[in-house]
Formats: sequence, C-alpha cells, structure tokens
Amino acid sequence: MSNKKGRFGIHGGQYIPETLMNAVNELEEAYEHYKNNNKFSEELSSLFNEYAGRPSLLYFAEKMTDDLGGAKIYLKREDLNHTGSHKINNVLGQALLAKKMGKTRLIAETGAGQHGVATATAPALMGMECVIFMGEEDTKRQALNVYRMKLLGAEVVPVRTGTATLKDAVSEAMREWTKRIDDTHYCLGSVMGPHPFPTMVRDFQSVISREIKLQILEKEGRLPDVVMACVGGGSNAIGSFYHFIDDESVSLIGCEAAGRGINTFETAATISTGKPGIFHGMKSYFCQDGFGQIAPVYSISAGLDYPGVGPEHADLYDKGRAEYVAVTDEEAVEAFEYLSGTEGIIPAIESAHAIAYAVKLAPKMAKDKLIVVTLSGRGDKDCASVAKYRGELI
Amino acid sequence: MSRIKRAFENGKAFVAFITCGFPDIETTKECVRAAVKNGADLIEFGIPFSDPVAEGPVIQKANAVALEGGITTDICFETVNELRKEINVPFVFMTYSNIVFSYGAERFIAKCKEEGIDGLILPDLPFEEKEEFHPVCKKYGIDLISLVAPTSDKRIAMIAKEAEGFLYIVSSLGVTGTRSEITTDIKSIVKIVRENTDIPCAVGFGIKTPRQAGEMSGASDGAIVGSAIIKIIEENGINAPEKVGEYVKEMKTAMSNSSIGK
Repeated sequence: MSNKKGRFGIHGGQYIPETLMNAVNELEEAYEHYKNNNKFSEELSSLFNEYAGRPSLLYFAEKMTDDLGGAKIYLKREDLNHTGSHKINNVLGQALLAKKMGKTRLIAETGAGQHGVATATAPALMGMECVIFMGEEDTKRQALNVYRMKLLGAEVVPVRTGTATLKDAVSEAMREWTKRIDDTHYCLGSVMGPHPFPTMVRDFQSVISREIKLQILEKEGRLPDVVMACVGGGSNAIGSFYHFIDDESVSLIGCEAAGRGINTFETAATISTGKPGIFHGMKSYFCQDGFGQIAPVYSISAGLDYPGVGPEHADLYDKGRAEYVAVTDEEAVEAFEYLSGTEGIIPAIESAHAIAYAVKLAPKMAKDKLIVVTLSGRGDKDCASVAKYRGELI
Repeated sequence: MSRIKRAFENGKAFVAFITCGFPDIETTKECVRAAVKNGADLIEFGIPFSDPVAEGPVIQKANAVALEGGITTDICFETVNELRKEINVPFVFMTYSNIVFSYGAERFIAKCKEEGIDGLILPDLPFEEKEEFHPVCKKYGIDLISLVAPTSDKRIAMIAKEAEGFLYIVSSLGVTGTRSEITTDIKSIVKIVRENTDIPCAVGFGIKTPRQAGEMSGASDGAIVGSAIIKIIEENGINAPEKVGEYVKEMKTAMSNSSIGK
C-alpha cells in the first residue's frame, strides 16, 4: 500500500473524492501543528474543565456490584459532561481547531443527536454557523435533541435518502462538504471517515482513558482488569481504551448493537456480522451484502445504528487486542431499566449496551477484579423510545 | 491504439453516463445503443451502489431504483458482454471502491478485461489510494481514470503526470447534477494538464445544455454528461432510448460546431 497515512494495520486511509483531498490535507497539517502547541492545549483544557465540566467522575457502582456479586464495577461518567455525552470532548477540540484554521461554519452528522447537540454549542460558544444532518427516521426517534439543537442555534437538515439514519446523515454531510469547503469544517463525530479524523477524534476522546487511569490508580492503586464501552463508530470506546492499549493486563471490550440479533438482518453489529470493505473514506469492517452494497442496519439505538466501525477498532480486533461482543435491543433496554433502578442513573440507550454486557460479565469474575464501564451519555433522550418499546406511550 | 484514445481522435468526444439497470436492464441496453448510434464516443456505465456519496439526487435515485430492481455487479458484466458484441466505442465502469473491493480486485478487473471494459472510474479513490487497485488494472490493461477537481490546485500536475486513458475534470464543487452555470476556470486547469500529460481530458459534472457542452468541450477534449441523461430516462421510462438518442445528437452537434476553427 503506497499510502501509509492514517493506517491502522490494513484499515483506515483516505478513500474520498478528489474535491475533498486538499481539505483533509489542510486539516491534517493544521492538526499536526496545533496538537503539540501549548497554547492550543491550554485553551482546550480550559474548555474541557470550565465549559464541559471535566474531569468526569469515576463512580464506584456499589449497589450494582453488590447485586451482581462479582467484580467491582466503576462507571466513567461521561454522561455528566455538558450536553450529556462524551461527544463534547471531540467537538470542543475540532471547533477550536476549525476556528484556528479560519473556518466560520461547522457541519456535522448525528445519529442519536448527541453529537449534533454537542456541535450545536459552537454557534454560541465559538460564534460559528452550524448545520446538522440527521436522518429523518432519527429526527422522529430523537425529537427532543432536534429541539435542543435548534435552540442552541443550529440548523437541522432531515436526511431522507437511503435508510434515513446515521449512515445517510454521514453521506449527506460529506456531500455538503464537497459543495462548500472554503469556510466550512466537517466536524465528524466519531473515529471514522478519512484520515486524519480517526486519529484526531481518538486523540480528543483519549482524555477519557487518561482520566480513568489516574482515577482508578488513586482509588484502587492498580489498573482495571476490564475496560468496556459501547461501539457504533467507536469514539467513546477508543477514548476509553486508548491509554490502556499498551497495558496488556487490561482487557478491552467493545459492545456492538445486535439489534434484534446477529442472526437477523435487523442488526448493526459490524464486527460480528460485517466484513472488510471501503466506505465513508476508510477501509474497515462494514455490514454489506455479497456485492458490497452497504446493508440497511438496525438498532434501537440511533447512535449505534451504523454499518461500519472505526478503523482502529478494526485493527484492534484483527490483532486480538480488543474483543467485540454483540448486545441485543432487549438486553440494552433491560440494562437501561436496571441501571436506572439500581444506581439511580439513566444511561443513554447506547451506553446501556455496555452496561448490559457488564451485567453478564461481572458475576463470572472474582470479587477482587475491577471493571470500568464507560457511560458515554445520559438517557433522557431515550425515555420516549424505551417507553414505546415497552408498549407505553408518553 | 487503445479504444479510449481512439475515441478522442475525431474531434471532441461526447461521453454518456448511464446507470446500469435504471429503470431496468433492457432500457439500459437500448439507451446505450441509441446514444452510440447518435454519436456518443464513450459510454460510462454506472454500477449502482447503495450509498453513492459523490452523486446528486438524480443519480442517487437511479442507483436506488436499479438496486431495488435486483441489479448486481454480475448483471452489469453480462450487459457489457452483450453490448460489446455489437458496439465498438470504449466502455468504462463508474462505481465506488467497495464494489470492486468486495468482488475482489483481481476477479473484478480480470472480468472487466474479459467482457470488454476499457477503464474504471472510482470517485472515492483519490491519487493517494490508487495503489489499492492500480497494480491489478495495469496487469490487465484497464485504465484507472483519474479525476481532478476545482479544488485540486497544486495536485493537478501530480495527478495528470500519472493519468491514464483520459483525465476526468470535475467542473464544479459538490456532487453530480445539472447546473445553470459552471464558473470554474476550466481553461487554466486544462493548461496545467497539458503541461504534464498528452492524454485527453474531458469535463463532467453539471453539463446539461448543448451550449454548456460546446463550451466545456471547447476548453478541453470532451464533455461527460450523466444527470441530464438519467433525468431523461427517469422522465421517459421505457420510452427513453429514443429521447436519449435525440439528446445525444443535439449535444454532439453543438460540440462539433463549437470545435470548428479551433
């Protein structure tokens, strides 16, 4: 392969239209310049601490631990961040960078609306114009977040093509970027797309594992045995894994959305059911048919309802460094209810996929073992759809 | 001489893009026959893709309809095979990297050679990633066609130097689809291209009217038209071939007139 840029093993790369090549090259240059720039780091830290409310807590889930009777469970509370999820970490980084690059307009895709809401803080915070692309199906599932984005000053464009979900929102945001590049930065929300996005977004999200490491050492005096997180594109998971990748004793587990089950067509579990492919700017694993047509995936969680996964996850899987498990809608909904009832914390339905696997895994582990589960977001936005899943209209 | 090169030998070339299987495969074949009969110099077959990120609404819809109708990569190959027996103009495939990757690069490109495809256009495969398929294309003598865009700037020379078949000049920012005006300075792009390669260049994206075709091919070696043809097919369904033929004739005439005296 001639282009080693942005590769994770065989995955990654820059499979995008020529029209965008100078834009991603310019972005890479700017990122390389600013990532080691002290002033940029200080400004970003200040936004993290003063605006987003970092560091986020590492909370010992004592009731859950007692109830499950196995490993000790800690929750990394990204749900407590401003705007309610880990997405703000990446948005603050990219918005600050875009501003330094002289861009005045941000565009972004969103699935559940968490990334959209985080990006929509930019108009007020940074004085930038903001347009969010969201699958029409998702605008219905996540009406509250649509309202929040508009309230914050963003324009929300419902995407009606394809399955009208996250993948189509990404395609439409990419199309929009090819139309208007000069003043516009595409604030991609996950560790996916063409280089430098997977690396840059990971770096901005790696604050999660940096904090977990410090916090767990302070609380327990040792590293955790397991770090787990939900995986759609995979940004909160890679953020949670990153500083543990070289710590071989720490098991890394990504929880994918199985939807109605990995043996059905209504699934979004990319690593469990997909195969290598090239799409949305990257080589990675994708759910697709025998001719390479991207599959219309499904999950109750709009944020995990994506047919691909970030290239670094694909590589961690290939190398056997991380394990990826599939969690069904039903299991996620049970976990959503379980955490609410056990700890008084309503998790995002995305994060509930990780909770669900923790509920399965913890009882099988000894009491002196440590599990850290990243709670990527809060679940207010999901109450209506979970209620509906349970046959209750609110 | 390669079929692609020959297509640019007799004046300005008209390149017609047709999505395979829109609205059905028989109409596709008839439209290709009509286009060639009326002067199309090169046929660009679109293999439909579920998520065509470089396409505007018209071709997106054509892709979706074709896929719903059950079109597969194999059916596209069969169609080419059948048309190749009676048509001598060059054929190229326009599709997305995953279609080739999923089929297996070696298997796909060998089959291109076997069925009579001359070149391959992959809008999501930029210069930096062309090694993904280029070595195999070279092995089988299939031209991997490069694109330059209005934003390519300093990249034009680099791309042109290694370009094969013909160079596809993207006329405008954004996705495929007709535009009332093309504002890019095509002549200065072509000038840089000419300094770096002898291969012909054709302009695509946004061309609809005979006047635009005349202007764009006047500034280069040819015009590529996709969305305008697909729109005619969309509006006329199975009666489209005749209309496509008339349209190609009109465009080709405008292009010949504009090249007189140049």
